Amino acid sequence: MTDLTRLSAARLAETLAAGEASSVEATRAHLDRIAAVEGDVHAFLHVSSEDALATAADVDARRAAGEELHPLAGVPIAVKDVVVTQGMPSTAGSKILEGWIPPYDATLVEKIRAAGLPILGKTNMDEFAMGSSTEHSAYGNSHNPWDLERTPGGSGGGSAAAVAAFEAPLAIGTDTGGSIRQPGAVTGTVGVKPTYGGVSRYGLIAMASSLDQAGPVTRTVLDSALLHELIGGHDPRDSTSIPEPLPALVAAARQGALGDLSGLRVGVVTQLQGDGYQPGVLARFQESLELLTTAGAEVVEVSCPSFESALAAYYLIMPAEASSNLAKFDGMRFGLRVEPEDGPITAERVMAATRGAGFGDEVKRRVILGTYALSAGYYDAYYGSAQKVRTLIQRDFAAAFGQADVLVSPTAPTTAFRLGEKLDDPLAMYLNDVATIPANLAGVPGISVPNGLSDDGLPVGFQILAPAKADDRLYRVGAALEAALESTWGGPLLDRAPELG
Amino acid sequence: MSTISRDEVARVAALARIDLREDEVDRLAGELDVIVDSIARVNEVATPDVPATSHPLPMTNVFREDVPVPALPVADVLAAAPDAQDGRFAVPQILGEE
Repeated sequence: MTDLTRLSAARLAETLAAGEASSVEATRAHLDRIAAVEGDVHAFLHVSSEDALATAADVDARRAAGEELHPLAGVPIAVKDVVVTQGMPSTAGSKILEGWIPPYDATLVEKIRAAGLPILGKTNMDEFAMGSSTEHSAYGNSHNPWDLERTPGGSGGGSAAAVAAFEAPLAIGTDTGGSIRQPGAVTGTVGVKPTYGGVSRYGLIAMASSLDQAGPVTRTVLDSALLHELIGGHDPRDSTSIPEPLPALVAAARQGALGDLSGLRVGVVTQLQGDGYQPGVLARFQESLELLTTAGAEVVEVSCPSFESALAAYYLIMPAEASSNLAKFDGMRFGLRVEPEDGPITAERVMAATRGAGFGDEVKRRVILGTYALSAGYYDAYYGSAQKVRTLIQRDFAAAFGQADVLVSPTAPTTAFRLGEKLDDPLAMYLNDVATIPANLAGVPGISVPNGLSDDGLPVGFQILAPAKADDRLYRVGAALEAALESTWGGPLLDRAPELG
Repeated sequence: MSTISRDEVARVAALARIDLREDEVDRLAGELDVIVDSIARVNEVATPDVPATSHPLPMTNVFREDVPVPALPVADVLAAAPDAQDGRFAVPQILGEE
């Protein structure tokens, strides 16, 4: 019998619709896989077997009764722990939320449940999504399935590792500065950051509200399009969500897979290559450009000089917004409460003791940094100046999209780094996000598509960026590149990943 | 050389309501220089003629009809609280602490 865990979500959905397997069988296969490899990978913080199997049995019964179901009904999914799930732990990787059971679902989780996708569990992440390696999780890091001594990227390393290790065909990630795309690149999986406002943020535990965006983590471009169409769209409970309907994403992926990119202009961003990028990363990038040219695209060079200030602006804006968002974790209404060891037990002293005990090092660093940047006398010079850089980056994007339909770059400058290698050097860790951050600052959508192995045998990602609300272009170009690469490789990149367990 | 002093870190930590150990104050005093470097970098390009952008997409205020919808069940919300009493969050002393 076919190993149901090796199928793409689209193929598994067809298998279920054709009655060749049940959702209970598919869900059990993934739970068995989780049981077999979690000791190596540690992608999950919580596995919700009973909940998943109950959903699967319900979908099977409804299918048997002839009910019209969502195309992805019965296909299991994993959800990043920063997304709240009613009745299921949601810690965001932090001790301060240990044991908290949310009383409501995020909008995207409501949609997943309504469509009948069994939720396998909650995936590991850097605490409150602050990091690029999962090493800042309060519950231990995840491991990269390609090399267990290396990180799966972050913050959504758990979702990417789960999908790469065939523990789930689909996962949800969130991307504030690259937390979907960079883990995708270093684990050989596909990750999409939709246009800001394209997927509801209601029920996401916020880090930086003007940058955060939830999106799909999958093994194929088509699977991301299917999941994106499910979770995306307007939500009255998120006043920043885009009122217009999503573009046709699945259709764009299917069209792209036919391989014809005639008339498409692809802009290579001068500032997102060169120094600091591994030679193997750059070599794969050039090969992918040649494949796009062969498919009929015209490659042009575009310059976005203000991207060089993006990292600095990001590391002012992100901590400022995070320090404000994380003020709600005060030990009063949910999560941990710690009383001071001595002195009076007042609310203010309990707050400080709770936050001192409940937050990890990186969270403390960013909250203190953000509080400093927003404190009296500094606001205009710090947060205000960084917001000016956002304007410049948006102008660069607008000019570049006048010359090209999509912009491209390597997703991350290097392949997966070793666990511990950058833990004591926050600046080196932050450099991982240099190519992904501009999209968050401007609100434009981006995808990372696996485009080969570097000289060290580890996966590399190819980033495609499109104008705001033109997410369909990511899928058209991404699917065309994926099809061209797989025909040269003779199969998916993940077929070359080492066996686990 | 650290441009942000230990005293400054302790002051900001108090504003942020985070108890820091002495060794954490020492470490953060060194690490917060990253913000000074960032601001220097940003100020090279953030000239007075550039307007600030607070939000990636242009937005206007969003209104909705003033129709009552059910709130979360009180029991569910309080079940997740550190302490509750008489249908309310129970918190430590909040008045007269100065």
